[in-house]
Amino acid sequence: MNRRTPPNEPSTENLSLRAVEAADLSVVYGQGDKAVHAVKGVTFTVSDGEAFGIVGESGSGKSSVLRVVAGLNHAWSGRLLIRGREAEKRRPRRSYRIVQMVFQDPYGSLHPRQTVERILMEGMAIQDMDDRHRRIQRVLYDVGLGGEFLYRYPHQLSGGQRQRVAIARALILEPRLLLLDEPTSALDVSVQAEILNLLRDLRARRRLSLILVSHNLAVVAHLCDRLIVMNEGRIVEELEIGELRRGAARHPYTQQLLRASVGYDRATAASLVTYD
Amino acid sequence: MALLEIEDLWVRFPGVRGPVEAVRGVDLSVGREKLGIVGESGSGKSCTGRSILRLLPRYATVTTRRAVFDGIDLAHASERDMRRIRGSRISMIMQDPKFSLNPVMTVGRQIAEAYLVHAEEESGAARRRTLEMLAAVRIRDPERIYGAYPHELSGGMGQRVMIAMMLITDPDLLIADEPCSALDVTVQMQVLAIIDDLVQRRGMGLIFISHDLNLVASFCDRVVVMYGGQIVETCAASELHEARHPYTRGLLAAMPRIDTPVDELPVLERDPAWLEPL
Repeated sequence: MNRRTPPNEPSTENLSLRAVEAADLSVVYGQGDKAVHAVKGVTFTVSDGEAFGIVGESGSGKSSVLRVVAGLNHAWSGRLLIRGREAEKRRPRRSYRIVQMVFQDPYGSLHPRQTVERILMEGMAIQDMDDRHRRIQRVLYDVGLGGEFLYRYPHQLSGGQRQRVAIARALILEPRLLLLDEPTSALDVSVQAEILNLLRDLRARRRLSLILVSHNLAVVAHLCDRLIVMNEGRIVEELEIGELRRGAARHPYTQQLLRASVGYDRATAASLVTYD
Repeated sequence: MALLEIEDLWVRFPGVRGPVEAVRGVDLSVGREKLGIVGESGSGKSCTGRSILRLLPRYATVTTRRAVFDGIDLAHASERDMRRIRGSRISMIMQDPKFSLNPVMTVGRQIAEAYLVHAEEESGAARRRTLEMLAAVRIRDPERIYGAYPHELSGGMGQRVMIAMMLITDPDLLIADEPCSALDVTVQMQVLAIIDDLVQRRGMGLIFISHDLNLVASFCDRVVVMYGGQIVETCAASELHEARHPYTRGLLAAMPRIDTPVDELPVLERDPAWLEPL
């Protein structure tokens, strides 16, 4: 057991505490000639309780950034502070109670041969938490699933119910920072609405900080306060959601994304450029 | 005159508690136009598309009162007749090029093969046609891509290769099942522009299957909305945003919008009455 001070912050809460501070964050995969620079020196800050969006297309490095913050990616350099603490390459087990992640595909992210109860139990066992049954009851209620789901297997659940289980699995460790990697892109729009409402509600009730990675600007606008737009491993623009809504994006790449997200238009299609 | 006319199409799959009805009495008429089929997963939209080319698994039961494509009775066509139609008169583009292309054969040979199967031509002509087709889908260096393997291509390029392969036989009808949902928005836009041009230039008919209402509304001429295996609404694509059916209205309302913030998204309340036979 880790006997050092628990990373959960003391009761005298520092108001200026930042959920995440990343400075000159870089990610390189592979070595030598074959090295791929997925993230090239990215700097951003997420305030406590803020919902922060990262937008970009495939290969922009947005998911790599998220996986570094989650502690799932060790191939990074730069500086990263999570709730004021220096994040190490290999993190102590307890640090994962603060940061939890929900993945894109609820069909792939849940163990197919474990019941919902077992799935929810795992993290608590690793973190040596007490009162497990009561916590499970509570978290299931929080994500809008009843106790009857306890003994179901993932294949007995719909896509939306699975994503609720994945969110419950993240929340049961009582994290302060929730990382969401395209959490609704595998879902139908009617189910997406339910999950987005749930995330908004949970964020308010649990005073969570969120980082949402998505290619869908409307989803980011709905959930976040602020966003960065990434392209080719770099931040091209940082925007308040109000600016995004007014169409006040400055960088041509962001403007192009905005136009393309409205729907098909012959002139828009003809005007598209590759930015790098 | 319509290119394809289907009346009362049913698709059933065997289930533990009796047959599951995936498509329930669909009537469809497609001219030389862009017809969108929208709906959520399980609505029967893909089954409808696949049943036209008889691409459903053997255990599926497909029945129809009438299915006529350009004067050919599809309902009573033999397997041999269907082989002559598939690929040469009606083509289909699937969702993900990663799973639809042969990984151990160069892209050029795959496209040329599609051509040679249907046209009485020699391989030199097939090669020339393939290079023309690659240029038509705006691949910058057709010679290089001809010799490339699928894993060397990006998603957008792979999908363009698929389109080239499906259009090299100059079909009359193209069925595209979520052709760009695996692509980034800007790439998606470019792929759609290519399909759009080809449809207009060649006077092809297009059935565009998608879950994305905004995309279909902006891309197609006419839209049918499916729910529970039935068509619940048909309208001009430009009027989709004034749809009448509560299901369509519910779907439209459930989507977040960039320009108008809402605190809570309206959740679709499913009415069991929507499932009743129309």
